[in-house]
Amino acid sequence: MAELRYPLGQHNRADIRSQTGKSADGLTVADIRNGTITAADAAVDPDTLRRQAEFAEQGGNPQLADNLRRGAELALFSDDDVLRFYDALRPGRSSVAELQGIAAELEAGGAERCAALVHEAIAHYSRRGLIS
Amino acid sequence: MEPAEGTSRRSAFYETRSISRDVVVPEYPELGLIAFDSPNDPEPSVRVEGGRIVEIDGRSETEFDLIDAFLATHGINPTVAEEAMALDDITFARMLCGHDVPRTEILRLVEGMTPAKVARILSLLSPLELMQAMAKMRARRTPSIQAHVTNRIDHPLLIAADAASAVALGFRELETTVPVLRDAPLVALALLIGSQVPAPGALTQCSVEEKTELELGLRGLTTYAETVSVYGTEQVFLDGDDTPWSKALLASSYASRGLKMRFTSGSGAEVLMGGAEGKSMLYLEARCVAITRAAGSQGTQNGGIDGINVTGSVPNGMREILAENVMATLYGLESCTGNDTQMSASDIRRTAHTLPLLLAGSDFLFSGFGSIPSYDNTFGASNFNAEDIDDYLMVQRDWGFEGVLRSQGDDTLLPLRRRAAEACRAVLDELDLMTFDDAELERVVTAHGSLDVSEHQTDETARAGDAIIEREITAVDVVRALSIRGFELEAERVLEMTRQRLFGDHLQTSAIFAEDMSVLSALTDPNDYAGPGTGYRPAPSRLEEMARVRQERSHVELLAEQAPHAGCVVLTETGPAAVRPRPDEVVVGISPAFGVDVWLTLSGLTVGEALRQILAGIEEEGVAARVVRVTHSLDLGMIGWTAANLSGSGVALGIQGKGTALIHRADLPTLANLELLSMAPLIDGSRYRLMGRNAARNARGEKPSPVLLPESGEPMGPRYHAKVVALINRESQCLRHGDPQEIEVTWPS
Repeated sequence: MAELRYPLGQHNRADIRSQTGKSADGLTVADIRNGTITAADAAVDPDTLRRQAEFAEQGGNPQLADNLRRGAELALFSDDDVLRFYDALRPGRSSVAELQGIAAELEAGGAERCAALVHEAIAHYSRRGLIS
Repeated sequence: MEPAEGTSRRSAFYETRSISRDVVVPEYPELGLIAFDSPNDPEPSVRVEGGRIVEIDGRSETEFDLIDAFLATHGINPTVAEEAMALDDITFARMLCGHDVPRTEILRLVEGMTPAKVARILSLLSPLELMQAMAKMRARRTPSIQAHVTNRIDHPLLIAADAASAVALGFRELETTVPVLRDAPLVALALLIGSQVPAPGALTQCSVEEKTELELGLRGLTTYAETVSVYGTEQVFLDGDDTPWSKALLASSYASRGLKMRFTSGSGAEVLMGGAEGKSMLYLEARCVAITRAAGSQGTQNGGIDGINVTGSVPNGMREILAENVMATLYGLESCTGNDTQMSASDIRRTAHTLPLLLAGSDFLFSGFGSIPSYDNTFGASNFNAEDIDDYLMVQRDWGFEGVLRSQGDDTLLPLRRRAAEACRAVLDELDLMTFDDAELERVVTAHGSLDVSEHQTDETARAGDAIIEREITAVDVVRALSIRGFELEAERVLEMTRQRLFGDHLQTSAIFAEDMSVLSALTDPNDYAGPGTGYRPAPSRLEEMARVRQERSHVELLAEQAPHAGCVVLTETGPAAVRPRPDEVVVGISPAFGVDVWLTLSGLTVGEALRQILAGIEEEGVAARVVRVTHSLDLGMIGWTAANLSGSGVALGIQGKGTALIHRADLPTLANLELLSMAPLIDGSRYRLMGRNAARNARGEKPSPVLLPESGEPMGPRYHAKVVALINRESQCLRHGDPQEIEVTWPS
């Protein structure tokens, strides 16, 4: 694989693939019209987000890098799951047990950083009396 | 009516001024109504134990609220904290404004600072120093600008057309919102289509409740998000229905779909929500900005926002707003710097709020310049709106700062608006969502705002919005519909916005797409300002573009009105002017170009008519009149004085081609006069006639009452001075050496 340089769309347009293996230029209007391409073919690949995380780190922003790595983990979950995980973390939505369930679900899907975030939330929500 | 006892008419007048509609308050620190340095703000402090942050601003680990706890884990860098917190405040403030310490070193140190420390440092800076810090610290070198594109009836074709207008003007992010939440998917879809018509790459968002906003993004109907609000106290954060952890996961959710996202905060919000805990606005905002960085958001929208009028009500409020904007840049965040809510009923005051930031520059000068009329802004009027675009372009031209916008005429805008409205109509029809007839499309194309189009049933837009969600319509369906209906260019551009998600380049700090789809971000276009001659400077071609405003007129255009009146009077030179031939005369001295190259005065009278009235006035008083041309000077005092020295009575009336006139007497100094009518645009025929009569009465030794001009508060200079300069240039081209010439006046039959 070629060296990946920022911006990827300029330097590595042909190297970057979607989760279904499509290149950007493989996503054509013609294929959309004949139905061989769907929205799922335009999903960003987790490895691309991890590469962007490295760029962010080199640019001096480790927190943005963390966020992109969490994004890479979530990239493999469905829209409904992602919406559900977010909602569960909002105030008053979940019990400790329910959040532990979300964390387990994330871990099972390889989303360790996101799971760690949920465990942190459980600890601090409990300490501040937000959940039981 | 007599003024009340002990009051003046002047103070009664002040009550009628727009500024008197603004209500401000004294500081109430206990309510958080204090811009800087509340007595309740904590002392800055940090404690690091075993590489962990265990104390922040006087609170130890066990007392941490959710915000402290999140900052301790994800925000404050323990390896820098002790070094950074030990720095003297004023020393760091100087590092911030000077050119010796690079931006990257400031960013490194701020990583180790607590919110109280950052707030205290910024409270030390004057407005000018804040501007210097802003110029140095913003992330992207090239400024950009965001528009609000909304209308009060959620008309999708109007959204599409207004999106096209906004992009044509230079906006690179478009934000919409809806009065009816169910309309959101339809409005987002219309905005996406319209935004890609004039040029590719503008980013679009629909500001609604967090979960709905995310859903629109997941479907590709928006390309970024901004309404991800954070607050500076735990209670208000929870009242806002989120925690730092839910917000962090939300940020990651956007990243997971390749969507750009920034957080939102801004002073005044905690006060409005009754939970400021007695802290200063800047301290609470420091907590917001620190959380924003800690949660991994690439940027923030701050600087008042919805709370601007709260901040504006306390002393130093606007300095606090600028300090917030600078604060975002200190944390290395994309700065999307407010100016998106009208902060005063006074035009002077709302302009004063925005101007310092414009001069300093930021990543997005506005997080919503109202590109539509204020009545259509469903966020509420912005600080600048469609009504103000020309004013903004003129101020940009005056100062040569990068305001990012450009003037566009109907010749450019109308075809783009038509294309956008047609493309949107076709997609809505193809997807079986809504239909619009040709008459409505025409109304949309030429509309100023939603008052110019039909009020459709709002339930229709809501049902279309529901259908988009139920049928799971995505950007891919939009591309297909555009292509099927023959909008290939727009299909390709909308698809390219979808393709960009595969790369994620626009997830980096301060990323935008330029009109050639190149990525400008903190990585490709880092701000390198380090004093004069460095950083972003508008290119010569851009300065040229900035100079072209709607009100610009060439001298050829300004003088075009002269030619049709040529020959309105015939002034024939018959030889050198006679000297004092009789005692009972007034000499009328005319300027070099009067009735030669200048034919119309500034009031719209012809020079012939002005002269006829003057001569008639002199005649009415039974005094003889003679006309001479002064050829060696265009100065009105010199023209009048020269004529007075030729006059048997010693009294003369001088007049320039532009119509300015005076009465002079030979024994006075050249630059003195008996009467002067300097406001040529206000001199009508009757006043020229009175001038003639007064000159004659002066010649008879009387002391007439001077001619008065009508009262007018209109500033004459900005309206007429460009023309004055063009006319004076014509006078100067007619200058020649030699004595004054006797003139024979004849009137064309």
